[in-house]
Amino acid sequence: MDLHSLKALNKERRNRRAAILMTELESGTDRIVREGDAIPGELGEAVKKAFRTGISTGVTVDGTAYFLMVALPKPRLVVVGAVHISQSLAPMAKVAGFDMEIIDPRTAFATAERFPDVPLHADWPEPVLAERPLDPYCALAAVTHDPKIDDFALKAALDAGCFYVGALGSRKTHAGRVKRLLEAGATDEQIARIHAPIGLDIGAISPQEIAVAILAEIVQVFRSRGVAGVEKGKAA
Amino acid sequence: MSLNTLDESRDPLAIAEEWMEAGRDVAIATVIETWGSAPRPAGSHLVIDADGNFHGSVSGGCVEGAVVTEAMDVIGDGKARMLEFGVADETAWRVGLSCGGRIKVYVEKLG
Repeated sequence: MDLHSLKALNKERRNRRAAILMTELESGTDRIVREGDAIPGELGEAVKKAFRTGISTGVTVDGTAYFLMVALPKPRLVVVGAVHISQSLAPMAKVAGFDMEIIDPRTAFATAERFPDVPLHADWPEPVLAERPLDPYCALAAVTHDPKIDDFALKAALDAGCFYVGALGSRKTHAGRVKRLLEAGATDEQIARIHAPIGLDIGAISPQEIAVAILAEIVQVFRSRGVAGVEKGKAA
Repeated sequence: MSLNTLDESRDPLAIAEEWMEAGRDVAIATVIETWGSAPRPAGSHLVIDADGNFHGSVSGGCVEGAVVTEAMDVIGDGKARMLEFGVADETAWRVGLSCGGRIKVYVEKLG
């Protein structure tokens, strides 16, 4: 392995960016591939699939054997709102492999008693997200119902290219939210990326069930990144 | 609270970089392919130095000893090697995988 390749790979990993170390096994030469790099043909398809699944794999193209060592950042789930739904979401997100944290400036909600096992920021989203910036390997779920708290975080998530942006509230609530976000400078494409009402439609009623629906939707979106037509479809 | 990126003290590839910076000769072993119930997935790493110090895992303990020995040869002559382990091996009793799986491990020198 080339030392420069290793350093470049580790740099991408430290900066929470996805990268693949592509090694030609016969010669031992390797190179770093970043998401969006243009690689034609069959090899390009294998690279795309590796980025999507996060599974390292060998691939042979035209008689040449390659190994694709894929390093994806661990997905983070940032939840705005220390509410009942979040209490159920926290342990489930952990089991599903997401690093979850909660932001809520309302200190009556954001207490360690209510959330013993999850990083909790009892502050407004603006200062918290300035210190802990969102990125494309983050999901953001805004569940406070309060525009004063949710809106800034939603706009920040859209601007950061978070792979998932969801907002709690009825269609009517969402219509008002869309109006405010457009006024705040969001584009129509960004608005279309918001999942609202939040969660897969599984008929969820209780906060616990809504948490299931949200997590399922996040997994679905994460595992269909870059696959046209799948994101809006039914779960596999 | 800092963002959770790399666990520098435990991540094999971060350790490989650190060892190299410290002037040590390093080999990296990577699981390339697995069949059956292999304990560690493709892309898992073991990093080894010339003195046989190692970090990480390619099999959860079954074949690390054999990989370390080969890796020291790789550090010596600089030539990458492809190793295969599995219960079908003649050497199964010594360095086979007790789980019944098979793995292919690529060992290369860093630098």
